[in-house]
Amino acid sequence: MALVLNEEQTMLKESAQGFLSEHAPVSQLRQLRDERSETGYDKATWQQMVELGWSGILVPEAHGGLAFGHVGMGQVMEENGRTLTASPLLSTAVLATSAINYAGTETQKKALLPAIVDGSLLFALGLDEGPKYRPSLVKATATASGEGYVLNGEKQFVADGHIADKLIVSARTSGDAGDDQGVSLFIVDSVASGVEIERVHLADSRNSAMLRLTHVTLPADARLGEQGGATSLINYLTDVANIHLSAELLGVSQEVFERTVQYMKERSQYGALIGSYQALQHRAAHMFSEIELAKSIVIKAQQALDANDAQLSLLASACKAKVSDVVTLVTNEGVQLHGGIGMTDELDIGFFMKRARVAEQQFGDRRYHLKRFASLQNY
Amino acid sequence: MSDLEQFRAQTREWLEANCPASQRLPVMEFEDRCWGGTKWCFVNEDQKRWLEVMAERGWTAPDWPAEYGGGGLSKEETKILREEMYRIDARPPLFSMGLSMIGPALLKYGSEELKRQHIPNIVKGKIWWCQGYSEPNYGSDLAGLQTRCEDKGDHFLVNGQKVWTSYAERADWMFCLVRTDPDAVKHAGISLVLFDMTTPGVRTSPIKLISGNSPFCETFLDDVRVEKDQLVGNINQGWELASYLLTHERAMIGNMGHTAASEKSLHQHAIDVAGGLENGQLGDSALRTDIAQWEIDILAFELTQERIDDETKAGTGTGATSSMLKYAGTELNKQRFELLTDIHGQAGLAWEGEAFDDGLLASQWLRTKGNSIEGGTSEIQLNIISKRILGLGQKA
Repeated sequence: MALVLNEEQTMLKESAQGFLSEHAPVSQLRQLRDERSETGYDKATWQQMVELGWSGILVPEAHGGLAFGHVGMGQVMEENGRTLTASPLLSTAVLATSAINYAGTETQKKALLPAIVDGSLLFALGLDEGPKYRPSLVKATATASGEGYVLNGEKQFVADGHIADKLIVSARTSGDAGDDQGVSLFIVDSVASGVEIERVHLADSRNSAMLRLTHVTLPADARLGEQGGATSLINYLTDVANIHLSAELLGVSQEVFERTVQYMKERSQYGALIGSYQALQHRAAHMFSEIELAKSIVIKAQQALDANDAQLSLLASACKAKVSDVVTLVTNEGVQLHGGIGMTDELDIGFFMKRARVAEQQFGDRRYHLKRFASLQNY
Repeated sequence: MSDLEQFRAQTREWLEANCPASQRLPVMEFEDRCWGGTKWCFVNEDQKRWLEVMAERGWTAPDWPAEYGGGGLSKEETKILREEMYRIDARPPLFSMGLSMIGPALLKYGSEELKRQHIPNIVKGKIWWCQGYSEPNYGSDLAGLQTRCEDKGDHFLVNGQKVWTSYAERADWMFCLVRTDPDAVKHAGISLVLFDMTTPGVRTSPIKLISGNSPFCETFLDDVRVEKDQLVGNINQGWELASYLLTHERAMIGNMGHTAASEKSLHQHAIDVAGGLENGQLGDSALRTDIAQWEIDILAFELTQERIDDETKAGTGTGATSSMLKYAGTELNKQRFELLTDIHGQAGLAWEGEAFDDGLLASQWLRTKGNSIEGGTSEIQLNIISKRILGLGQKA
């Protein structure tokens, strides 16, 4: 398949770019942070995103969505990276939707997907129990009780945890922490008895939360997918999350790079534009080259997701590892090449660097994915 | 079945029938790759036959016009041919600067007579072409070249010295950049001329490299007579042609990072040399992540070549990407050989002895160091990206 966008995907990208730069630029995130916003995102902007159909991009038409695919959603994510727009898009419209598409029963799909499309339900996905992504290290337990389950345990660093209506969490129905088998996913109402949610503030000024589950009782149909067999679902969600985070990070990389090159054309020292100095030109040209490499692996991985390619996991890990390298380089160079002004809160560059580092950690950092890439090729 | 599907089926069948088994083995040594020319010694009958049957169909230059002996294939058909050759690990039947450099330039800029004289011989591999570009004092600053070319009425007279001429002692003809107007600003006084290497006054001398091999020569040009009809394009148009040629050269050198289907992966080398896996993983976990990092980088590079091709076809390309690909591809190829020699430890640095393939790996490793120098250094590529793509460089 050609590694280019089709006409509809190009239009979606352009429309996302237009909307986000006008209605939700970086200054919106800055304002949310400075006002210590309760929700951490702008509800009116999210409502407009819903009206644009973004919440339904990955939802099948039968459930009221646009069924536009991951390449399309990836374009919206990439543009979100350029504006750092805070919204429930990733947690709800990408991750929860993908989880339900993949493993949900017809009843669950009918109940949940239309509510995602119309914006009435927000989700959060809680897989981590520590600061690093290790999805098989699940200590939280789900004990069979009557017709349903009782959940106990903790989930850490759950993106959008404190604004979600429903939480998708992993818990162990058998085995020990570290075992691949024995883990199941459950859909929990955030207001259910025994659920405590504590918001945590990370450097990126986006939403994160700690969850504590104490004797939370769930009906049997709260389980998403097979009992004890969530490995393939979690594996799939790892792929989905990393490919979309990579798209966002590609957007971050491009935006920081363009702003930095622009600054090199404006800032003078020693009577010359700093962009005329070869020591700096070569660093910019190197970044250009790295971003070009990243673009190719991102679109390839997005297409693999739509095609359910046999190489999906390999490409997802390659994608996140490569893009993490590139965004680390570009954000670091972005600050350095801006000099002193790059260290100020007044300039936006720092926002991009902070978001990049959080997104790099989410669902596995570059080392996690280097190792996953190696394991998938049996070495 | 569509026309293209039919073409693929026929091509597959024809290749199966005509590509000798020995021409499907990995290229191990220099001679395994046929460069053609009057002095070429075919390593075996298969190599000769493979060249002949492919050249007869023009498939050594599949997308060149059939009227000059090329294959006359469309872009899509050419891609299918490449894919089908790749599928069976077929070696390219011919590898030459005629195909990759002077041929495309002649097709674009050459007179009808020049095309008729040279293109069919390039397609058939009859002539080995070498490139006269760099001079002892003009490497990266190529446009400063000083080899003089004087108009003597019915012919030109060339005097000067070229360096880094690939395989000049085996070559039959040279395409050579010369200064035709010493008073013009440097880019504006250059022309491209062609001459036979047996012309009186042409003398070559090999240069021994760190690899121990001597693929390059110095070429001395003393009162070399060049016929006037061997000027390519117009007088003083040489820099434009040189830039066009360099674009092709960059694509070729950058592509060296590309791994053939049959080539053993880096991680397989590591598994074989380290004596297997421990619990399904390479025992040296640091090496494991180094290899994974490189394999991801080369994947991103190969996908970028593919994407840029696709964008060009779709008409959405940004252009000027050959410098980026040359830069990234050559740096990756160097890293590949650093890792390979590292995996093999001291055996990877062996210089002689049958047990070590006579030091083949070490010499290959050292050869790659030139990749980021030849065809414009990495630093020159970064200059081009900065100035032409990023628009950096105005003085204030």
